[in-house]
Amino acid sequence: MHFTINGQRYEADVDIRTSLLDLAREHLGLTGSKKGCDHGQCGACTMLVNGRRINACLTLAVMHQDDEIVTIEGLGSVENLHPMQDAFVRHDGYQCGYCTPGQICSAVGMLDEVAKGWPSHVTGDLTDVSLDDAEISERMSGNICRCAAYPNIVDAIREVAAKEEVSA
Amino acid sequence: MKPFDYARADTVEAAVAGGGRFIAGGTNLLDLMKLQVETPEKLVDISRLDLNRIEERDDGGLTIGALVPNSDLAADPRVIERYEVLSRALLAGASGQLRNKATTGGNLLQRTRCYYFYDTAAACNKREPGSGCDAIGGFNRIHAILGTSEQCIATHPGDMPVAMRALDATIVTQKADGDKRRVPIGDFYRLPGDTPQIENVLEPGELITHVELPAPVANARHLYRKVRDRASYAFALVSVAGVVAVEDGRIAHAALAFGGLAHLPWRNPAVEQALVGQQPGTAAFEAAADALVEGARGFGHNNFKIPLVRRTLIASLRDLTGEASA
Repeated sequence: MHFTINGQRYEADVDIRTSLLDLAREHLGLTGSKKGCDHGQCGACTMLVNGRRINACLTLAVMHQDDEIVTIEGLGSVENLHPMQDAFVRHDGYQCGYCTPGQICSAVGMLDEVAKGWPSHVTGDLTDVSLDDAEISERMSGNICRCAAYPNIVDAIREVAAKEEVSA
Repeated sequence: MKPFDYARADTVEAAVAGGGRFIAGGTNLLDLMKLQVETPEKLVDISRLDLNRIEERDDGGLTIGALVPNSDLAADPRVIERYEVLSRALLAGASGQLRNKATTGGNLLQRTRCYYFYDTAAACNKREPGSGCDAIGGFNRIHAILGTSEQCIATHPGDMPVAMRALDATIVTQKADGDKRRVPIGDFYRLPGDTPQIENVLEPGELITHVELPAPVANARHLYRKVRDRASYAFALVSVAGVVAVEDGRIAHAALAFGGLAHLPWRNPAVEQALVGQQPGTAAFEAAADALVEGARGFGHNNFKIPLVRRTLIASLRDLTGEASA
């Protein structure tokens, strides 16, 4: 099988049952994405596939051979943090850090969804989308943080959204 | 996960001739395969088929490709304008990540979240016909109160199909022999009866290709009200999808479907008959709620659903008619 992850081409000979998450972690050495529940309930495995955030634990690697995949390793590096990574650090948007790669990938994908004008469950008028704290919480509900760093996660995302002037 | 064969289909014809279980978003099927609740011998990957568009119909309705992701369907401007109940139902379901992956066809076929269906050490007639039902007499807080059988009290967990039932959607399929058919959503799902493992009228190898929505009802209000244990990312305890129109002070149209109550998205004509032609108000709303829960039966932990859905329907009808609490 062949894959494009973080702009790099990979070849891998893996069992057909391998999830996209296990491919990255166990076969390609990309261990930034985390396995929390392995059932799509916690969001720790969130990756961006063709720009959209998905649960990498709930999809087969074999189905993504023609896709552009981005993991936390592809968003930024220690020397050159992605703005969302930088905001999470400054706002203390984590404690143990296990959910953080998924939170950050999810937040990046989420802001793209807002920019496209996608409404959420808490949007009043579905044609008039803007981002407040209630919107951020609702849109990030697929990412669980057992340390409950939620207030600081919301702070970090709000700051990046404001800097990038994200609104529909 | 049990080993399986895998093939990607490039056309609908190749998919239905493929002789395997279809996989597209995979968010439900793979979850169940990890637990060995589902053990398909072959997966046919339909995710690249050309079924991912939403198109206008001549009658003013829409045709939705089976592979349109939940998030795209919810955000489509035509869906928001004409079928707000559908957008609202989709947005009330799952998480952003799951909605990006889950498809229209797959969501119609989402399987129950009954704890005993998921637990391969438990008795479950749906998972293993003839083994019994541990939900009856067990922990059954999330289970059905209408249309149950001695064999199964599981609920359909979806939100989107509840809205589609209120919208009188039609499910378009293609069979293994190439024949196409159109099934009204009201005829699509089955009650558990003696065969809870059979959840709909699809034949083996039959593929959902599209969902058709008829032209929207004029001047109607739309609502999807979901009651759940937390504010987001949880299945419905009960939910109401409503499309109601009021003309000259009387209810002219009422379409009401319910989630969390039964093995299928529930709709009872008696509920709507209690409303149409009536003035909006407590008397008509209570009559509709009485009709809904007539014959409802709790199984212990889920008894609360009977008064809960009664109150949820009445509150929904107040919103749908603009009639304040009287």
